[in-house]
Amino acid sequence: MEVYKKIEAKKAPSSSVGAIIWMRKNLFSSPLNTAMTLLAIAFLFWVIPPFIKWAITDANFKGTTKADCTGDGACWVFIKVKLQMFMYGFYPEVERWRVNLTYGLFLVVIVAFKYLKHSMTKIAIATVYFIIAFFLIHGGYFGLAEVDTNKWGGLMLTIVISAVGIIFSFPLGILFAFGRDSKLPIIKSISVTYIEFIRAVPLITILFLSAVILPLFFPEGISFNKLLRAMIGLVLFEAAYVSETIRGGLQAIPSGQHEAADAIGLSYWQKMLLIILPQALKVAIPNLVGVFISLFQNTTLVLIIGLFDLLAMVQLTTSDAHWLGFETEGYVFVTLVFWVFCYLMSKYSKSLENRFNTDLK
Amino acid sequence: MENKNDVIEIRNLNKWYGDFQVLKDINLNVKKGEIIVVAVPSGSGKSTLVRCINYLEQFQEGQIIVNDVELSDDVKKIKAIREDVAMVFQSFNLFPHLTILDNLTLAPIWVKKTPKKEAIQTAMEFLERVGIADQAKKYPNQLSGGQQQRVAIARSLCKNPSIMLFDEPTSALDPEMISEVLDVMIELAGEHRTMVCVTHEMGFAKKVADRVIFMEAGQIIEENTPEEFFENPKSDRLKLFLSQILSH
Repeated sequence: MEVYKKIEAKKAPSSSVGAIIWMRKNLFSSPLNTAMTLLAIAFLFWVIPPFIKWAITDANFKGTTKADCTGDGACWVFIKVKLQMFMYGFYPEVERWRVNLTYGLFLVVIVAFKYLKHSMTKIAIATVYFIIAFFLIHGGYFGLAEVDTNKWGGLMLTIVISAVGIIFSFPLGILFAFGRDSKLPIIKSISVTYIEFIRAVPLITILFLSAVILPLFFPEGISFNKLLRAMIGLVLFEAAYVSETIRGGLQAIPSGQHEAADAIGLSYWQKMLLIILPQALKVAIPNLVGVFISLFQNTTLVLIIGLFDLLAMVQLTTSDAHWLGFETEGYVFVTLVFWVFCYLMSKYSKSLENRFNTDLK
Repeated sequence: MENKNDVIEIRNLNKWYGDFQVLKDINLNVKKGEIIVVAVPSGSGKSTLVRCINYLEQFQEGQIIVNDVELSDDVKKIKAIREDVAMVFQSFNLFPHLTILDNLTLAPIWVKKTPKKEAIQTAMEFLERVGIADQAKKYPNQLSGGQQQRVAIARSLCKNPSIMLFDEPTSALDPEMISEVLDVMIELAGEHRTMVCVTHEMGFAKKVADRVIFMEAGQIIEENTPEEFFENPKSDRLKLFLSQILSH
């Protein structure tokens, strides 16, 4: 018989290894891997230097007119001159501080959220913020001049449509997700019909419907704002996708959670809002952010009903007689802006996932 | 058998899952303060009976009357019964997104409308009793199984129920954690709370039960005091069961 002494825990072996060993292990571990690595390097060599040459080395940055575009590469003067258009559309120059103030307040709210604990205060602050944002951007009250929505455009319009789309499609999607899992047959069939109908129709169709056909149902003289109609169409469309994403999260919650919530006497809404939904959302965050990112990109479709969002601005600005033929610069710039926003959203989703991770802490 | 003191009355209960009958003509009366242990050899419908008592499971035939309220689809009646009947599950079913303390105060605050301070105070007292007050700020998944089950028991006590249902509370635990949970249950048994426990822990049954019920294939086979139940089993099936669990 043998008795062993207690062994003290040792430090884990260091995982830092030299760059060469790392490369051999990760880049050149097999003939196939080596070939792939070399191909990838060749591809990067083929793509990156010409792009840098075009975008930076041979590009023009200084100047104010087309005459300053002398280089072989990109002429960023175009973007510089048209930047205000890209950002604000036809929003009157003297009133643009209102849009900027709304952006600024948004940052303040985001920072405040980091330090606030109660979700009720958060919801209250968010609500107040959106009311203020509406009055600031739209105007017409408190001595602020009204800015017609026809003048909204560029990035600002993209953000407004996306924000409204996200804020309203989210709760609506939650309701339809609950509805689809409901035991009440009428609510269930309404939800299923709605979701399946919307998902069977392209967004463009819904935007056309809301822009062209919806007014036919209203008596003459009552005209809905075009932007409002586009927003309603987008919200209704995205709600169906949000709902399916959240339903995926709801299904991931074990039945024991429902039983425990029932057993301690919570009502249906208490159970869903306090126990099931928070856990379901946590599961659904990555997909939900995916839906919101595509919503952000879907806003570019409002062009077809005559609204000029960020992407549409490329068409508009390049048809300016003084600046013909700068589509490439315009699209590259817009691509970059879209990329930044989508990247931030996906980073935010990652940080949310970490924040809500209660498994290990 | 009918008695004013009966807090749970089950009459001719029949239940099917599809075509399969899980409960067959169950009749059971539980008096106030009585401790019933239901011993069920592994098989179907193990916990269905206790789950029927707080209407987590619906049944097709028969009656269940809890504290003079007959169970039915009526939401108000179900709510009234659930407020007074607590349940401890095999897999704990703590809410993983809430801290231990929030798990405990949820029902008092939202169901019984207890002021938050008072709810926290009560919760801490119960955590103290099950010996995990120092873990109140942690999340369920950071605790061991035994600790989680003790939290679950504390959670069910927070609404001060008159009846407690235990659905195999120790079956999901490692052997060394079973005793810490049983200790808490034995302590509870001394408080004259009505308890119905489905469990395989025959030691617990011997120690605290007023009556032991042996079920098989959905029906009650034998029902007796613990002394008679273990020393003098009547049915062959129970004799076999006892010989199986005692032979190790």
